[in-house]
Amino acid sequence: MKIDLVELSAKHPSAKPDTAPAIDALNLQVRAGEQLAVIGPSGAGKTTLLHLLACAVPPSAGQLQLNGQNPWQLPRSALHALRGQLFLAPQVPPLPPRQRVVTAVLAGRLPHESVWVSLRSLFYPTAPERAYHALAAFDLGDKLYERVDRLSGGERQRVGLARALVAQPDLLLVDEPLSALDPSRAEQALGSLKKSAKDSGATLVVTLHHVEMALAHFPRILGLRHGTLAFDLPAAAVTPQHLHALYDQHLEELHGHAAVDEASLAPSSAPVVMVCR
Amino acid sequence: MTPPLPPALGLRDPVLRDPAAARRVFWALAGAVLLWPMLTLSEFKPWLLLEPGALTPALRFAADFFPPRVDAEFAALLLRETWRTVTIATAGLALALLLAVPLALLSVRVLSVSILRGRMARWPALARQSARWLLLVLRSVPELVWALVFVRVVGLGPASGVLAIALTYGGMLGKVYADILESGDPHVSSSLLRNGCGRLQTFFYGLLPQEAAELTSYTVYRWECAIRSSAVLGFVGAGGLGQQLDSSLKMFNGSEVASILLVFMALVWAADRMSAALRRGLA
Repeated sequence: MKIDLVELSAKHPSAKPDTAPAIDALNLQVRAGEQLAVIGPSGAGKTTLLHLLACAVPPSAGQLQLNGQNPWQLPRSALHALRGQLFLAPQVPPLPPRQRVVTAVLAGRLPHESVWVSLRSLFYPTAPERAYHALAAFDLGDKLYERVDRLSGGERQRVGLARALVAQPDLLLVDEPLSALDPSRAEQALGSLKKSAKDSGATLVVTLHHVEMALAHFPRILGLRHGTLAFDLPAAAVTPQHLHALYDQHLEELHGHAAVDEASLAPSSAPVVMVCR
Repeated sequence: MTPPLPPALGLRDPVLRDPAAARRVFWALAGAVLLWPMLTLSEFKPWLLLEPGALTPALRFAADFFPPRVDAEFAALLLRETWRTVTIATAGLALALLLAVPLALLSVRVLSVSILRGRMARWPALARQSARWLLLVLRSVPELVWALVFVRVVGLGPASGVLAIALTYGGMLGKVYADILESGDPHVSSSLLRNGCGRLQTFFYGLLPQEAAELTSYTVYRWECAIRSSAVLGFVGAGGLGQQLDSSLKMFNGSEVASILLVFMALVWAADRMSAALRRGLA
């Protein structure tokens, strides 16, 4: 999927009206099938950029075009159908604790299924082999019928990525896929994501805290700072000066100390329900 | 190096005074002052209970409770009426679910697709609000009133009790289901919606697995309430144990009343066990 951003601005969904935009007049062109990494200090607007590309938040100014078309001018149902071709994998994997892994992974197929097929799949999984192959790409094939709450934080993160694989989108947007993974798992996870995107011709946009990983795996690097592009370069052209300027005052993040820890990835237990009885 | 010790403080030193104390005392007093007129208005006179003229007949009636009547004839009757009560409550609750589930799903905001645009679109917002109003109307009419209405339509008997429970409980269940579904962590369902899933799919793959235990235990609790409520409905001729209780009370037959109350306790206990088992199963 081809992406064009023209002077695009957006606010964080829960921001107050007078706060500065999280993405500020951003210009960007991405060809179909391209793979790029977005780096930058915390609060640079990386997540908001992914939300914008996923049509999960409307832009406050400027234009977004996917395949030459402004999605926000589509009728509501067409826009929602378009969302089925995009996939946003959030940083915290959205997995209900009591769900089984197979169901959580196959949930990536829901936009392409009728309600009846998806209901039947709750009684007996309609395509367990799809889920199995997606999980196997992250070394989790043996967890197919495990329950999500029996998994570790890193395993949950990979289950979330396996869901992205079964979704087979045209545009795959992944937010911090490695925050709970050890280095070898991280290599494998990135490799699987890239391979899946390449095989299906999907455009892949990944935000990463881990700068070395981004430079090693992605041909094109976007440096995002205060909601604007600090640089947009081929990985080979990114110099330490660029990085120092990008992470100025956030140098500890440059050296691989991601701002997330595993504890924040485990879904918090639901708040106590206070209902009037 | 340890920091220097602060100077010794007296017990009444202003530094130690709790700044929230005055506010707390004020609201406690204000609560009492507001409660007093309510107590007088509701003719709350507990000392009347202890006047001998009122106390003796009440005690005599209560003394009648022992021993409860358990002879074969009455036990058979009780068994039949218990079964009828259980069926009234169960059928009423099943019909209530038919009302409550669609209305709850219709009124839940976290299943809104249009809210991804920032604000819910006008028609979906109106549909959600109407569903909430309908639930409010259904549950604000007491089941006793619905029963009196239906007794005129379908005649004396369990059918009117079933319909009355269905309407009132449909309203209550729908409202609380919607509250339970909205109180959970919205991350799972919003992610599914964002990726283009439908509302029903989001419900079955995102909301239901998170809230199933809570929804089930509330439903079983409401079933227990429906059993109790069928007793009150029996008083207006809707059949079941309640009708039996009514006639026994009218005849001041304490031992029969005691047996019936024991059956009620057993039913509530059974509902409690069932709820606990279901919660364990879904945990």
